[in-house]
Amino acid sequence: MLKILTLLGFSSLVLFAAEGAADTLNISAVAMFLLFIVATMGITKWAASKTKSASDFYTAGGGITGFQNGLAIAGDYMSAASFLGISGMIFLHGFDGMIYAIGFLVGWPIILFLMAEKLRNLGKFNFTDIAAYRLDEQKIRILAACGSLTVVTFYLIAQMVGAGKLIELLFHIPYAWSVVIVGALMIVYVTFGGMLATTWVQIIKAVLLLSGVTFLALMVLSHYGFSFISLAAEAVSMHPKHEAILAPGPFVKDPVSAISLGLALMLGTAGLPHILMRFFTVGNAKEARKSVVYATGFIGYFYLIIGVVGLGAVVFLLSPEGAVFFKDGVIDMKNIIGGNNMAAVHLSAALGGDIFLGFIAAVSFATILAVVSGLTLAASNSIAHDLYAIVIRKGKATDEEEMKVSKRTVLVIGIVAILLGFAFENQNIAFMVGLAFALAASANFPILILSIYWSKLTTRGAFIGGFLGLITAVLLVVLSKTVWVDIFKFETAIFPYTQPALFSILVAFIGIWFFSITDSSERAKQDRAGFEAQQIRGETGIGADGAVSH
Amino acid sequence: MVNKELVDRIKNNPKYVELVSKRSSFAIKLAIFMLVIYYGFILVIAFNKEFFATKLSEDSVMTVAWPIGSAIILIAFITTVIYVVKANGEFEDLEMAIKNDVKDIL
Repeated sequence: MLKILTLLGFSSLVLFAAEGAADTLNISAVAMFLLFIVATMGITKWAASKTKSASDFYTAGGGITGFQNGLAIAGDYMSAASFLGISGMIFLHGFDGMIYAIGFLVGWPIILFLMAEKLRNLGKFNFTDIAAYRLDEQKIRILAACGSLTVVTFYLIAQMVGAGKLIELLFHIPYAWSVVIVGALMIVYVTFGGMLATTWVQIIKAVLLLSGVTFLALMVLSHYGFSFISLAAEAVSMHPKHEAILAPGPFVKDPVSAISLGLALMLGTAGLPHILMRFFTVGNAKEARKSVVYATGFIGYFYLIIGVVGLGAVVFLLSPEGAVFFKDGVIDMKNIIGGNNMAAVHLSAALGGDIFLGFIAAVSFATILAVVSGLTLAASNSIAHDLYAIVIRKGKATDEEEMKVSKRTVLVIGIVAILLGFAFENQNIAFMVGLAFALAASANFPILILSIYWSKLTTRGAFIGGFLGLITAVLLVVLSKTVWVDIFKFETAIFPYTQPALFSILVAFIGIWFFSITDSSERAKQDRAGFEAQQIRGETGIGADGAVSH
Repeated sequence: MVNKELVDRIKNNPKYVELVSKRSSFAIKLAIFMLVIYYGFILVIAFNKEFFATKLSEDSVMTVAWPIGSAIILIAFITTVIYVVKANGEFEDLEMAIKNDVKDIL
């Protein structure tokens, strides 16, 4: 089945490439690109040979070092949304892109200070283990699985759109086919290699992406005497919005949207299942902490230079020589080939020629594949481990059975991602990821933080409040302009703001609080009594056996 | 699972009390510091967007937004370093000492 999929993916790429050759197919870029994909496939194959147990598959057997894990986390984080989305947003609106970058980053210190220790000490495979420690495991896992799946789905949409656009641009394949190919390749990656493969692909990709973007930024700055201020001055004179691009602009229309976005970006990180999963791939709490420092350093550096790349795209693409990157050669923001998400990719062609274009395109694509694989793995982890092994089979499923379900789940998620990729073709991907963060901040974060710190939390409170938060967030996204107007084509949006987080986080916290304090059931007594033991293990790790199964 | 005897012994261990109080207060201080900086930034965007359009100097196009944004990114990184240096040194030693004290019943 997998071999057929891989073959299908590759042969369609080659087929379309051959068709495209007639017009303007970029041979050296394509060659560079294919080379890269084959190399990562090699890693996957190597990892597959080392993946034996469920623990290997989900957490790479707990044998990754802090530095490696830091790079892998950075790799997860420097997704298509960060690289293509934020640079595209800076190209389009200027400083607004930086608001996203800052918000995405500040989640990290908060996770480290408030959660990393406890996550590491209480969990085994995923963050649900923490909430399930003293609460009713069945209910908590159902809730967490629903939350994780929703978050992952939204995050996936952004990556699919990015990958689809990239393939469309590079191979001249219709967008719909591009999305199908990406979906097929992603299924292969995950089912073969599991966490070990995605971790290694992330590490290698993180290094390549950091070097590629550094090179891109240096090339841009070299034209301006290495002065960011001269670059900014030039960008201001060329951008249709002029001076407005150096200050917060149209993306945060009103105070409510600004605060809502700020909350979502910061707290969402602490609710992203594929990121939290990374705390279980290292051997101990010490390494887990170190990995956060490395990750924050790499991500912070990346976001600082992405500003240069974004403004670089403004000055080089909007110059007369940049006309080739616009439809019919008409230089206008709306006309850019592949949409604003492709600004950084065009910039690499403008500055480094075809080989560098191939390199950046390949790294971006690997970025997307690796992030998508991590996401899919997190989702299949929730379904196979939480829903199937624990809720349905009551913990009696064997490793083999669990992995079989997990791999089937990957297939289903791949197909869903492809379908959603069609629907959201023209959204900015950083914005889409912002929505995924909002969902994570409303559904997973409240449960996680309260189960760690609030002794009075009960199963009923977590279950009802958690679902209220999740449902509110999803409902508000559907009723907002993004889906209601852009996808369903209604005249006006029912929910006036673009960001749901402020409302849905409040609903979740109030719901959990209210249904916990009014809970006087037997189960509630048990839930509260368990807090003391949980706290001791959370603080010291005593009693935890780590991700390595004995 | 952690059993009753273990819970009681750790709970009454002065080193445990010290670890929890020191580490939590340190972590919470840093978290509040970071939250104030970030939400300060967000609230200015929400209610006084024009402030960020202020020019660095009369003849410069550069606004204060960009340097402030970059500073927040740097601060976020520095606070994580500060925490981890302390957590992997002082706090980790305490944690090891506690584990050592209860190793007979582990």
